[in-house]
Amino acid sequence: MSTAIPSNDSATDPPLVVGKHTLASRLIVGTGRYDNMPQMAESLEASGADCVTVAVRRERLYDRNGQNILDFIDPDRYTLLPNTAGCYNATDAIRAARLGREILRNLGNAGADWVKLEVLGDSKTLLPDPVETLKACEELVKEGFSVLCYTSDDPIMARRLKQVGAASVMPAGSPIGSGQGLLNPNNLRIILEYLKLDDPDYPVIVDAGVGTASDVAEAFELGADGVLLNTAIAHARDPIRMSRAMRAAASAGRDAFLAGRIPKRLYAQASSPTEGVISSRPYQ
Amino acid sequence: MIEVTVNGQTQQIEGPMSVAALLEIVEIPGPYLAVELNEDVVPREQHAEQQVAEGDSIEVVTLVGGG
Repeated sequence: MSTAIPSNDSATDPPLVVGKHTLASRLIVGTGRYDNMPQMAESLEASGADCVTVAVRRERLYDRNGQNILDFIDPDRYTLLPNTAGCYNATDAIRAARLGREILRNLGNAGADWVKLEVLGDSKTLLPDPVETLKACEELVKEGFSVLCYTSDDPIMARRLKQVGAASVMPAGSPIGSGQGLLNPNNLRIILEYLKLDDPDYPVIVDAGVGTASDVAEAFELGADGVLLNTAIAHARDPIRMSRAMRAAASAGRDAFLAGRIPKRLYAQASSPTEGVISSRPYQ
Repeated sequence: MIEVTVNGQTQQIEGPMSVAALLEIVEIPGPYLAVELNEDVVPREQHAEQQVAEGDSIEVVTLVGGG
């Protein structure tokens, strides 16, 4: 059931390229907050994603339950994108990035050269700390990482992150896990305009805040190159079905963007011919 | 015996030993993890020779679900 949605035509829509990675799907999905690992694995499959995010955490040394997420994600099939979630300063985020790289290097996974940088400002909003984010981004770029950088929807901050070498800037649609969708599409438009001005292929990925499929379609219709989401699938009543919906929405939104929407008009414009009408009253 | 900190918990170990030997004591499956000694990553190829000494802090991490 999950294969019925056509992918976008690769002849007219080249795949998403971020750093050294070429992604077949423009949807990047997270692996957190699922009820169980088999459900997660099936949802990843249904989403059509070939890149999935993971978090770096202390191994539970003495109370292991014997399961590891890597037993449920084929590292040959998915490119893993390790994140620095839960880090509140540049130092911790850089450590997490290096540790994630080491694990993926051991696994032989292609994701060893990149990181989803996330440096948070507080635990209530999970909004990024811009100063620490910029500092960490600059350092990780110097260390050779392709940095996919989570940020707020502030255009100036987005521009600064690109300037220090982020491989992709990833503005939030709304706070992480909030499901509020794209709260400020105008800011996202400005970010897209600024970052693509002299560099149309620069990847801008909307990360966080997605609640349902139309949010994904909207992000792509605005011109986003990708969408990264997690909770909207994992906490849906039926995660596998929602994965399918997200996949279809990504495809529809991207096609709509490439096709080009009509301008909005205040007044109506007839779509049927205005001549030859059998009516005593002409259109005009 | 010497005292080291593993993942934030104080642990008594017999004496200075390699990272590889320490990992055997705590029985962690090898391929899924990364090790940091005093905040520097110890690459897997160096686990056998890198020594852990009194007062060292070791982090052993793996991957979990995340967004």
